Order: sequence, then structure tokens, then C-alpha cells
Amino acid sequence: MPIRKVMKGNEAAAWAAKLAKPKVVAAFPITPSTLVPEKISEFVADGEMDAEFIKVESEHSAISACVGASAAGVRVFTATASQGLALMHEILFIAAGMRLPIVMAIGNRSLSAPINIWNDWQDTISERDTGWLQFYAENNQEALDLVLAAFKVAEDERVLLPAMVGFDAFILTHTVEPVEIPDQEVVDEFLGEYVPKHAYLDPERPITQGALGFPAHYMEARYTVWEAMENAREVIKEVFAEFEKKFGRKYHIIEEYRTDDAEIILVTMGSLAGTVKEFVDKKREEDVRIGAAKITVYRPFPIEEIRALAKKTKILAILEKDISFGSGGAVYADVGRALINEKERPVVLDFIIGLGGRDVTFENLEEVVDIAEKALGEGVEEEIHWIGLRKEIL
Amino acid sequence: MAVRKPPITTREYWAPGHAACAGCGPAIVMKLATKAFSEAMEEKYGNPDAFAIAHATGCMEVVSAVFPYTAWKAPWVHVAFENAAAAASGVDAAWKKLGRKGKILAIGGDGGTADIGMQALSGMLERWHNVVYLMYDNEAYMNTGIQRSSSTPYGAWTTTSPPGKYSIGEDKPKKWVALIAAAHLVPYVATANIGNPYDFVRKMKKAAKVDGPAFVQVLAPCVPGWRTPPEKTVEIARLAIETGVWPLFEIENGDFHNIKIQSPGGGAKVKREGGKVVAIEFKKPIEEYLKLQGRFKHLFKKPEAIQVMKDQIKAMWKVLGVEVTLP
Repeated sequence: MPIRKVMKGNEAAAWAAKLAKPKVVAAFPITPSTLVPEKISEFVADGEMDAEFIKVESEHSAISACVGASAAGVRVFTATASQGLALMHEILFIAAGMRLPIVMAIGNRSLSAPINIWNDWQDTISERDTGWLQFYAENNQEALDLVLAAFKVAEDERVLLPAMVGFDAFILTHTVEPVEIPDQEVVDEFLGEYVPKHAYLDPERPITQGALGFPAHYMEARYTVWEAMENAREVIKEVFAEFEKKFGRKYHIIEEYRTDDAEIILVTMGSLAGTVKEFVDKKREEDVRIGAAKITVYRPFPIEEIRALAKKTKILAILEKDISFGSGGAVYADVGRALINEKERPVVLDFIIGLGGRDVTFENLEEVVDIAEKALGEGVEEEIHWIGLRKEIL
Repeated sequence: MAVRKPPITTREYWAPGHAACAGCGPAIVMKLATKAFSEAMEEKYGNPDAFAIAHATGCMEVVSAVFPYTAWKAPWVHVAFENAAAAASGVDAAWKKLGRKGKILAIGGDGGTADIGMQALSGMLERWHNVVYLMYDNEAYMNTGIQRSSSTPYGAWTTTSPPGKYSIGEDKPKKWVALIAAAHLVPYVATANIGNPYDFVRKMKKAAKVDGPAFVQVLAPCVPGWRTPPEKTVEIARLAIETGVWPLFEIENGDFHNIKIQSPGGGAKVKREGGKVVAIEFKKPIEEYLKLQGRFKHLFKKPEAIQVMKDQIKAMWKVLGVEVTLP
């Protein structure tokens, strides 16, 4: 029988790793993710987890050791955040290009400067082009579940790409919630053993991995990563369906909330979705036709799902905790990409919000709705809005 | 008729057809190192193939694995420039969990080891992985076209240490990574040189057989980088030993008080006390080594620079506990 425990988001990710039985974990401490390797170290020390835990000297070596271990043919897990993920940047491309299904848990945190340890999504968003699958959790249960699902998707032969699962710094990493821990036997059935046909370092059947690709081959190699990411769309649906069958919890690539007849839909990710859903309930009581949508899978980007969502509404308001300087929010750009050739499309506005741990309040969300309603009535004046800025100190 | 046993296994893990230059020193390193590893694994585990290679970006990586070809007959992985030691750590951990007996060989050039890979190397050694790190030292970034590294010796021309009106060429002494590796107190550290292949193979075998981490720094001349004739590669390497430029030594468990020094040959007089080498009187002048290499050509107009070089060589030997005289 599954058991329920009260735990932090970091512990939920560590529990997921324990259940997935990786043979190698390599990780380096960084706020707010440190508890993940700490907890895994305890599991290993107590004999509850049969993994080699490599206490590396940096995140760069963490991911490099993960690549080495995964290339040797075993299931691999790691965790990091923020500067640590940025330090891994170079090797993230390599893990994807070498088609190594490493799974990484990330306590989503801002990037320096100024140095700041609190939540936004700049770290994972900045890695969106590396070829890693990206999942974002709304709560601690989702953090555990999505790590398990990520392994299943990543290791599918139609995909074979690494995956990162983000959950918000402190809001989830350090906040306790009740979490259902699935039965080990059911997880074993769900994931199966990882026996790669493409990546191993076995003296009985020597292969070369990580070879040089000349212009005659490079583009095709990159194309196969593109294809794998496209294949992942279907695989994720299958895995979510199987997950529901095995564990009873239903996941959606995009989760819609009270979107029928909505004139405004607030689109967001991660724990912010919880706040936004409550806000939608409040506004519905005020007879405002508003809904919410949570992007659970950000890579591959849910293009069809966004198109379907767009058909339901007059305004898509993107609320995101990241910024691409000189352009706008990354999710906004992706949503725009999904809708650009649609004959009819809603107004799309971008709201940069909650950077570096700034609380997102109902007051902030009221401002978002005001701007959206004004755009509906009077047309779009500005597309990118910074919400909750303390203009008095600028 | 009696058939003489070959001095080393005829098994090959480094196949012909790779794209290294004619006379490439590091290519000789690849061939001998894998043969030595194979012999060691056969003697230790009864399986000559019981090893895998994690390779840093660099000349030997680029010339050996151009998709869809490979020169490697051993399991081989390349990840990036600075992380061969970290990648090897991961392979080692995976092999442990797979219950596979054997040893991991990490290979990097001097740039990938002494500079950009220094941290990963230190981490691997300190974590006591079952890995031999082989640094093939051709004393500059040759793959990118001959730029100085911290392992480039004083006085050498490279494209980023050009001699000029205000420059002698490289103006810092060579950094000896073997000494840094030994400071991790790991079971085995050695320097080697393709000019003495027997010594190199012996050391590689010893490194491969120890339990835990080992480090071998092998001098391997680079024909275009050193501006040398391709047929002189081994001769030049041997002159580095015989003139005192390249000390051959072994440090076990970080025991700097009991460094084993190999006799340089070349007519040098070696003085021992209590079995330990304490002084060497070299007979061949370092000029014999320098004059065969275009990278040192400019020094012959500046004899004071050659004197600086000699002082640095003596200082290095002193660290090893050996007083040397150079002609």
C-alpha cells in the first residue's frame, strides 16, 4: 500500500530517485537543492538505496560524471539549481546529443547578479534549447510523480533524451506537504530495468561514443534530437496515461482550470499555478469569465495544446518568472510561435512576475486582469508588462 | 627455430587509419598505453580487454573518432575538453555497480589536464576512483594550433608566446602536474617519456594494476607544434631525458621523501646514497635537445635565456631531492 508522509519538495524528489533505483547519483550542494543529495546520501548510508553516490567537486563534474555513467549504460540521477545548472550548461547539450536519459531534479532559482537564492525559472528556462525534456511541478506530490514519469519518458526508445523536473525554490523545495509515496513494486513495474541498446561501455562489445561529427553528419545528428523531442509528445501522453493507471493521479501536458467560456486565461507554470487557480475561483465568484492553464511539460513545447486553448478565449495572459532581455518572456515567445499561423487567435500578453522570490499576490493578479481587460477594450498598447515592480526605488 | 617473444602484446586497441600527423608523439602514447593496459588487465584479472577509456577533447580525440569511423577497439567515450576525469569517475561508478572488474583509463593532453581540466582531475584523484589518468604532454594546445599552456616550458615559441622585441617566448617555468597529482597522496604517480618506451609501458602497467587512482604524465613531442622533423620524434623525446630536461620519477602514496628516480642514460653519472638517487651529473647539454626544435630556435641568440632554462631544470630536480649538474 502506498504510504503518505509529510515532506519537503526536495525530499519528494529524493524519494522519487530512491524509487527509480538509479545505479549512479552524482551531485553537488547548492541552495535550494542541497537537501536532495543529502537525503540520497542518507538513503545510501542506510542501505536503503543501492547506488554509487559520487561526491563531485562541482556541478560541471556532477553532470560530466552523470554523462560518463549513463554512457556506461546505467540509470543516473542528479539534482541542482540556478548557478549550478548554468555551470552544467555546456554538458547539457552533450547529454542530449549523446542521447543519454539522465534525470535531474531542479529547485527552480534565479540567476546572479545580484546573487539571490529565491525562486524564479530563469535557470531551467535558460536551458530550454539544450535538448532536455522539461517538466514543472505545482506541488511536492507532482515533484515526486514527475521525476518518475520523466525517467519513463526519457528512457523510452523513441525518445532517449535527458529530462529535468523543476519545482520552485523554497515555495516547494523547503515547504512540507503530505505526499503519497507509491509502492516500490508498482514503481518497478512502471519503470522496468534500464537496459540501453545504444549506450554502454562494455569490453565484450566495444563501441565509440562522443565522436566528432563533420558537416556531412552533424546536422543529421541534431535532427535526430529534434525528432526524439517530437516523438516525446506522444510518449508523454502514453506515460501519463500509464501513470494514472498505476498510481491513480492524472497528469496533463497542459492542465486547464475553468477555461470553458473564459474570456481571459492566465497561463503559467509551477507552483504559481496554485495561486492562479485560487485567484480564478475568487474572480469567478465576482462573475469574471476567467480561467487558468498550467504548462506541466515545457519541452517539448505543447504547441497543439496551446492552439486548442487559444480557441477558447479572447486573451491569453502569460505569467512567467523569467525574462529574455531584449525580447520578453520565454513562454510568451513559445506561445507566440504556436499561434503565429493560426487564422484566428486571441490577444497574447506577457507578464513578468515574481522574479528572485518576489511574492505573487492577488493584488498583482488583479493588475494583470486590469491590463488584460483594458487591452480587450482599447487594444494592445504594450505587450510585455513587469508586474509588482517597486517603482519608488527605481 | 626459436621465436622471440615480442616485448609487448601484439593485441591492438589503437587501429591504423587514424588521422594523426606523421611522426606524432601522442599517437605512440595511445598505442603503447593501451597495450600496457591490456597486459596489466590480463595479469590482474585474466581479461586483457577489461578497461574502458574516457577521453578529453584534443588532438588524439579528434584524430581517432571521426564519425562514422573509429580507431578504438576498446570501449571509448569522449564528452568534452575539461572533464575526462569527471566522466571517468562516472564510468568507474557505473562499472562498480555493474560488478565489472577492470580499470578506467582517462586520457587528456596538457591543456585538458594542467589547465582547463585541473579541477576535475583533482576531484577524481581525491575521490579515489579506480582510474588511471594519462596526461600526454606535448607542452601546448596543439589541437587549436599551438597556443601555450601552463605545461609549456620556459622559452618555447607558441602562437600565444611569440618571441619578439619584448618577449623571450614563453616566460614562465613549466607547471609539473605530476607533483600536484602526487600531493593528493594517491597510490601511484609517475612521469614517463616515449623516448623510453620500456619505462613508459612498465609505469602504465603499474598504474593500471594499483587499486585506486593513478596519474602518469608522459612527454610526447608534437611535430608541427615543436617544429621538428617527423622522423626525429622519439630521438628528441629521448634527448629530453638524457639532457635532464625531463626527469623520470615515481611517487607512491605521496611519499615525497622516497621518490624513485630512473636513470637518465646518455652517459649521465648517477650518484646514489642508501639506494636513493641524490645527484646526477649530466653529460649531454640541453642545447642538443633544444637545437633540434624550431620552437627554441630563437633562444640561441640569447644564451642568458638558456641559462634561465638550466636554472629551472635544476630547481625542478631539487624538488625531487636530486642535485644536478648540467654541462
